Amino acid sequence: MTTTVSREESAPASPRARLARLAQRQGALVILAAVVLAATFSFDTFGTTGNLSNIALQASFLAVVALGMTFVIMSGGIDLSVGSVFALGGVLAAWGAGHGTWAAILLPLGVCGLIGLVQGLVIARGGLPAFIVTLAGLLFARGLLLLISDEGATTYKVPPDSAFRELAQGELLGIGYPVWFVLVAFALGGLVLHRTSYGATVLAVGGQEDAAELMGLPVARTKVIAYTVSGLLAGLGGLLMASYTSSGVTVLGVGMELEVISAVVLGGTLLTGGAGTVLGTLVGVLLLQVIKNVINQVGSLNSNWQAVISGTILLVVVTIQRWLATVQRR
Amino acid sequence: MSDGTIAPPEPRTRRGLRTDADWIRRNGVYVALALLVLINVAVTDNFVSENTLRLQLIQVTPVLIVALGMALVIGTEGIDLSVGAVMAIAASLIPLYIGYGTGVAVGIAVLAGAISGAVAGILVGRIGVQPIIATLGIMVAGRGLANLFGGEIKSIRDPGVVALGSGSVLGIPYVVLIAAAVAALVWFLVRRSTYGRQLVAIGGNKRAAELAGLPVRRVLVTTYVLCGLLAALAGVLLAARSQASDPTKVGLLVELSAITAVVIGGTPLSGGQVRIAGTIAGALLMQLITATLIFHDIPDSTAQIAQAVIVVAAVYVQLGRRRARR
Repeated sequence: MTTTVSREESAPASPRARLARLAQRQGALVILAAVVLAATFSFDTFGTTGNLSNIALQASFLAVVALGMTFVIMSGGIDLSVGSVFALGGVLAAWGAGHGTWAAILLPLGVCGLIGLVQGLVIARGGLPAFIVTLAGLLFARGLLLLISDEGATTYKVPPDSAFRELAQGELLGIGYPVWFVLVAFALGGLVLHRTSYGATVLAVGGQEDAAELMGLPVARTKVIAYTVSGLLAGLGGLLMASYTSSGVTVLGVGMELEVISAVVLGGTLLTGGAGTVLGTLVGVLLLQVIKNVINQVGSLNSNWQAVISGTILLVVVTIQRWLATVQRR
Repeated sequence: MSDGTIAPPEPRTRRGLRTDADWIRRNGVYVALALLVLINVAVTDNFVSENTLRLQLIQVTPVLIVALGMALVIGTEGIDLSVGAVMAIAASLIPLYIGYGTGVAVGIAVLAGAISGAVAGILVGRIGVQPIIATLGIMVAGRGLANLFGGEIKSIRDPGVVALGSGSVLGIPYVVLIAAAVAALVWFLVRRSTYGRQLVAIGGNKRAAELAGLPVRRVLVTTYVLCGLLAALAGVLLAARSQASDPTKVGLLVELSAITAVVIGGTPLSGGQVRIAGTIAGALLMQLITATLIFHDIPDSTAQIAQAVIVVAAVYVQLGRRRARR
């Protein structure tokens, strides 16, 4: 697609265009602030410390996965396998916890990272569409999960005395460890994307793959790393979830890839690749989680409304993004 | 998805000059289907029977009808992830309006599919949202809407709808006849109508089609409306056959089966071509793979891993020629 807005193009622009660009980047933040404000005034229970830290904790599992997806989408690809890989990571962690804490951590990271690596190789070296390859990856990871859990009949439990439980159930300064993990991971992700040559290469590959190739950038390697990181982080999200729930729930993660992609797109990362920020993704994840929480607060609203509202917000935001992109080019 | 993936128009070579890889790309799906049928004839008990044949044909109809609509969308270099949710919406509307008569209920269900398709078409064709994102939003919102309409599993007792699902003429079930009619109609649209020519031109090179003065937006909107219509029809037929509508289950993951059927059938994701016969064979192949694994009591886990490998292998073979050209 030729509609990718590159940084160079929009830098020396009119105030109007700069405002449009800011709105495109930070639109989700504005909506998030508005929703949070409205919810605080409408529901006494929303603004409590307990509820807010609950939102942060619930959002952290999705956020870890969304960070990996951000890199994949910025490189111009897509990863539909993350939901299944997330579930697989959780089951592997719970199973591994029976053999020690390190097994519970290294096993899911190793297997999920390997799945990401293989997908990346098939996509980058084999030249197959990311959409199809990661779709097959979705089936593969789910199949593997069923294989090790007796067709989903066995739910592995983390032993009660296992230190692995501390990983997601422990707290520092009253805030759960997963939230700290997310903050560190996003800080690292932001550094990699905006301060390293790898980050610059990801954006270049996503912006114009052919041009990146002609410039001699390591296109294939860049993509393989992005998919490997996505697999690793999906596995990490799953293992945190397993630690949090003390078990490897086999039915998790169905449709999660869509929620994750929504969060990334809401955060202003263009699906055409070549633009975006990790901070935007974090805002996108929080927005989805706050909407979920608000709908629970309303009580009378069926949880199905959550899907309707999330889907509608996604469509409205991308429509506005498209419109802003046209404004910028004027 | 980048400009680089748009293949130049296929050069027309004479029959004798076609390479082996090209032949496999065009006909691999038929060979695979024939092989799988032969394997089943050899190793599956009671495979060659009227009942098995009828059951397989009935079971493939929803995916086949969805895949035909999907083939049109993919022909425009688009994708439609919302088809499963649209099936669920259509199925959930049937019990709600069945009190007004069979025709009204079916009409409203199919109309809902058209409206959903129109929303997708306007987002993609007029506003310029990427197809995958536009239809993703509709998919998420649509599944929620279906659950709101339907609530829980509702059984359908209306004699008209029941007859639609389980009736047959000359031993051929209505649903199979409807699927065949849809296939013929879509074939006619693609091969014999102006709309079909324009669709293929837009999928091949949208910018060029625009410059040539083709009604790009109208064709895109029409295509997504058709896809929504067909998905809704598939939802109606599925509800009629099972005599129930379960909005959380109907059409779940059907978008994946449909896309796979289209791609295995030789329609490239990069647009510009629509293969109807290939899509039909692709849907039959996917159905037969699933059925074969079920016939032999292969557990879900192994079946899913096998499907994953088959899909990647099939697409790898499909793309063989283009990779070689690089």
